[in-house]
Amino acid sequence: MSNPYIVLPIIFQLFLAILLMFCWTQKNLQKLVSTVGSLIAVAIAVIMFAQVWKSGTLVTQAGNWGAPFGITFVADTFSVLMVLLTTLSGLAVSVFSVGAVRNARVKFGYFPILHFLIMGLCGAFLAGDIFNLYVWFEIIIISSFVLITIGGEKAQLEGSIKYVTMNLLASVVFLTAIAVLYGLTGSLNMADLSLKVAEIENRGLVNVTAILFLVGFGIKSAVFPLYFWLPASYHTPPPAISAIFGGLLTKVGIYALLRVFTLIFIPDAFMITLISIMAALTILSGGIGAMIQNNIRKIFSYLIICHIGFMLAGLGMYTELAILGTVFYLVHDIIVKTNLFMVSGLIFKIKGTYSLRLLGGFYKDYPKLSLLMAIPLFSLVGIPPLSGFWAKFYLIRGGLEVDNLVLVGFIILGSFLTLFIIARFWSEAFWKTGEELPKKLKVKYYHELKPLKQKAMVVSILFLAFISLGIGLGAEYVIQVASRVAEELMNPQSYIEAVLGKL
Amino acid sequence: MLIAILAGFLLALFMPNVIRGLKGKSSIGIALLPFSLFSYFISFLPRISSGETLHFNWSWVPSLGVGLDFYLDGLSLLFTLLITGIGTLVFVYTSSYLKGHQYLDRFYAYLSMFMASMLGVVMADNIITLFIFWELTSISSFFLIGFNNDSEPSRKSALTALGVTGFGGLFLLAGMVTLGYITDEFQISSLAAMSGEIHGHDLYPWVIGLVFIGAFTKSAQFPFHFWLPGAMKAPTPVSTYLHSATMVKAGIYLLARFTPILGNHVMWNTTLIIVGSITMLYAALHAIFRLDLKGILAYSTISALGILTFLIGLGTEEALTAAAVFILVHALYKATLFLITGIIDHETGTRDVSQLGGLNKIMLPVGIAGLLAAVSNAGIPPSFGFVGKDLIYEATLHFGDLAWVLTGAAIVTNVALLFAGFLAGIKPFVGKLPEKFSKLHLPGPAMWVPPLILAVLGILFGLIPPLVDGPLIKPIVAALTLQDPDFYLHLWHGFNVILALSVATIATGIALYFIIKPSEALLGKATRFESISPHSMVKGLGRGFTWFSAKWTNFLQNGYLRYYLITILSFLTFLLAYRLFLGVEIYVDTSVLSEITIYEAIIVLIMASAIFFTVFTKSRLAAVASMGVVGYSFCLIFLFYSAPDLAMTQFSIDTLTVILFVLVIYNLPKYLKLSDNRDRIRDGLLSLIFGAMISILTLEVLNESVQKDISTYYAENAYLLGKGKNVVNVILVDFRGFDTMVEITVLAIAALGVFSLLKLRLKSIEKE
Repeated sequence: MSNPYIVLPIIFQLFLAILLMFCWTQKNLQKLVSTVGSLIAVAIAVIMFAQVWKSGTLVTQAGNWGAPFGITFVADTFSVLMVLLTTLSGLAVSVFSVGAVRNARVKFGYFPILHFLIMGLCGAFLAGDIFNLYVWFEIIIISSFVLITIGGEKAQLEGSIKYVTMNLLASVVFLTAIAVLYGLTGSLNMADLSLKVAEIENRGLVNVTAILFLVGFGIKSAVFPLYFWLPASYHTPPPAISAIFGGLLTKVGIYALLRVFTLIFIPDAFMITLISIMAALTILSGGIGAMIQNNIRKIFSYLIICHIGFMLAGLGMYTELAILGTVFYLVHDIIVKTNLFMVSGLIFKIKGTYSLRLLGGFYKDYPKLSLLMAIPLFSLVGIPPLSGFWAKFYLIRGGLEVDNLVLVGFIILGSFLTLFIIARFWSEAFWKTGEELPKKLKVKYYHELKPLKQKAMVVSILFLAFISLGIGLGAEYVIQVASRVAEELMNPQSYIEAVLGKL
Repeated sequence: MLIAILAGFLLALFMPNVIRGLKGKSSIGIALLPFSLFSYFISFLPRISSGETLHFNWSWVPSLGVGLDFYLDGLSLLFTLLITGIGTLVFVYTSSYLKGHQYLDRFYAYLSMFMASMLGVVMADNIITLFIFWELTSISSFFLIGFNNDSEPSRKSALTALGVTGFGGLFLLAGMVTLGYITDEFQISSLAAMSGEIHGHDLYPWVIGLVFIGAFTKSAQFPFHFWLPGAMKAPTPVSTYLHSATMVKAGIYLLARFTPILGNHVMWNTTLIIVGSITMLYAALHAIFRLDLKGILAYSTISALGILTFLIGLGTEEALTAAAVFILVHALYKATLFLITGIIDHETGTRDVSQLGGLNKIMLPVGIAGLLAAVSNAGIPPSFGFVGKDLIYEATLHFGDLAWVLTGAAIVTNVALLFAGFLAGIKPFVGKLPEKFSKLHLPGPAMWVPPLILAVLGILFGLIPPLVDGPLIKPIVAALTLQDPDFYLHLWHGFNVILALSVATIATGIALYFIIKPSEALLGKATRFESISPHSMVKGLGRGFTWFSAKWTNFLQNGYLRYYLITILSFLTFLLAYRLFLGVEIYVDTSVLSEITIYEAIIVLIMASAIFFTVFTKSRLAAVASMGVVGYSFCLIFLFYSAPDLAMTQFSIDTLTVILFVLVIYNLPKYLKLSDNRDRIRDGLLSLIFGAMISILTLEVLNESVQKDISTYYAENAYLLGKGKNVVNVILVDFRGFDTMVEITVLAIAALGVFSLLKLRLKSIEKE
């Protein structure tokens, strides 16, 4: 049965982006359209999620060309979950942008491209065809590249060069991998590939191909030793842009890894060991990288890497429980990281600096905002019962299950480093007596903004903070969703049947 | 019950409003919360002492087996009473101690949050729930220690405390998960029955190791003790409440709670005895030389915690009874001493014991409280402390071969503790009153009544032990040993060895008090070994770790794009090579490959030389032009293999690229040579190896037989169903039309990007 409306999240974003292009110079209209549009997008995602939750995986074939001949879109629980999270964090960023993005950028296509980026993300999550996935990755790269460069400040450009070079390299590797896979199987449909790859006798070649996918997606997800683009670029664009990047870009890589390594390539012992080692070193490199940074956005950038390691660790353990942990962590991390970059943006707007050494006195001057910001900060640490805690529980449990105590050790180390870094962050930025910082001419300070803009920024942070709290306190529901995702991933039979029909 | 436990969180949430409602006048009213909780819990006393245990379950995260499960037995009851009882007094005390403080609302909010978390810890019936509340106590402690956040030492201490306890907390989490993993049971009350199974499991040493680290960090056991003296930077009510009476006992609580589950194993007992005795001796000796009243009390608290660990380690019924009694004894006298220290500090502005004296003349009730507490601390009859100390000696004396060694350790510790207690409880009040303090007066009753109540209780329980032994102590021992205990607490045991030891302890202690006069010189001697203390070592470790972090991070993230690319490509090449040569049987079947024609050979030759030229030329223009040559050669290859449409596409793209490049390059500054030949050779080698790997892979893939059903389908149906004669076109616009649409979007976005890059230059004056 075909359900063409599952491409709606994609088409709707495309429509929004085009509509926004027609409002090219009307900045206020753009802000309105973007906000309202993002709200509708969330509604679409919610309805779709409910639909899939109720009736199972939905499939549509583009142009009605039956699988595996045309392009298939698949909405299983994992896909719609990711689409939902994307639209939620998209909504927050869109509202935040109302206050935080300067008009010049809005007049040069900021909002249309933001929605193109969200379209690309939704597309990647819904793609059931490996080449189509590649195409969505292209959309993501080009729109994120444009977002990084928009405004053309020196730091932005330097970061963007590194960003785009390494991400294009990832795409080339990914494309090579697809070519090799096509050479082996003659197919691009992921469900079909799952069957065909399993039949190939020359396992050696399959394993080599898997390496190509691992490295291609590994660069995207910023794992050790492929993460260099991330700390080089995330601190350069305006905060609203870092927020959507920090929340979602690396997560697409993790999504793709999870998808490909459960559906198409079932990892062998070598792959499991390799992924585990990479996970451990990713946690380590990210954690200690964050230890020594002074720029708060760099701190958060390195923490992204550290926590990508957690998610990769779940894949490295490769049990249903561990995958459940990874998925839970993914849910938590998307919301929290988006929020943290918005928080850093707000801090910058108020204080005019990202330097931890110069910051201070925030708690005294803005007690309510401080408490609000404490929610994402301490959620990130995983202070129970905030959201990060539950995922960690499953990851530790998963590590015990496969007897990988070393990896458990690294997860604990990573958690400890995060705790320490965030506590120090709190102590420095919030507790320390603030110094009077020289006013920067370049910065439009928070108190100079119109009240509407101020509210926009605070409300978006509040919105995601509430979701974080909900994830933590209502962990039961998230676990149910995550466990269904894990089950579907580890038993891809239902996915394959939904796409290709009963076998 | 749930409301009782969570009430503190709710109050914390609305604290700013509550305080505003009270208009700062009668913040003492907030003490109603802990007081009503205290009354609530004490109402369970009859049921608990008749041997009942009460269970309360609320579902929370059932898929994980985690619920808000609480239960109340003797052990939890004692702790709930301490938490709410001392809590009430501390709340009252605070209302006067921090009167008019700007952030009184925050302080009470943290304090209530802490109280609720602590109640959660001691009542949790689920190991994960226990951990959750455990972490919450660490966090509230962090906020309370850092309450004076303008001062750097406060912030540092808060960070150290959170670092140490948070570190332990993570180990505890791992321990709890492991325990849950090997038993598949999270209910604490059901775990005891599985103790045999747990003891026999391979992971048992891991479990107890992890639980130990959690407990030792929280309860400030050697070598993790150093955060506690630092935590004394917190306002005194916090030190009283968290860092002496309740929170630091969470570790002890944990050990006691898990005694029936994990205890009675040689590893468990030995570790606890060793760590406990080192801690109690080490800290007791440190306490003697301090000048700061809070420092003295901090070390004597650590020492008392060591005694408790030690007693739990002994693990006999006598020892556990002694532990139960000592928890109560210690809470009563230590809280008193902290509270009076707070009064002294508040009134005189100093806590230096060598400066203080004669305060009895101006604040007699405080002095009385101090005296009573010191007496109980010293174990002088008829105090409750005497009962406690007797029980400790009894436990050590009856412990097999090592009895005298252990008893000796206990005596030394007690002597030092007595000395410390006298310093804190008696010394400031006797002797000559310094001139500068003569104008001072007694603070309000909200401050001096709470310590007096606690001190009087410390004597009262000693005079009339039945007040506590039946209702409180027995159910605790029952909970710890899982048997019905049969004993009564006595003040008077008759003339025996224990009494002799007690007398000796008291005599030596008092003698010491008159001999040693605390001074800077003594303190200097005691801190001579600071550089090899655990605290310094941890600091050193931290510095080393930071150094390593910086090295590691700067080595990897060095700022050079080329090194990043080299790393990524080397990684990929290495993995490809490894998997290719170890997993694939490499052979090339030349018979299936078509012959190499002369045209192809020439094209390849042209491409190779063009690439070399691109790399080594000094002119940008030449490099771009030779890149164009490579592109055109591709077109030719497409052409040879009968794909003229692809060749056309490639041709136009390459032409356009070269033209655009030339336009751009025209404006660029002069070409810089950034790498020397060695670098180039290195990069070239890497490229060659990488290229070789991909070539081998391609050749191997060509060996595989491919199912062609999809391409056959396209070829057959392009005209029939797609109504197009050119198969490639039909694939692009119909079969896979969606891809094409998205690729067009990519171009559109790129165009927008180019437009904004060219047009939008944010002026540096413009505001962000």
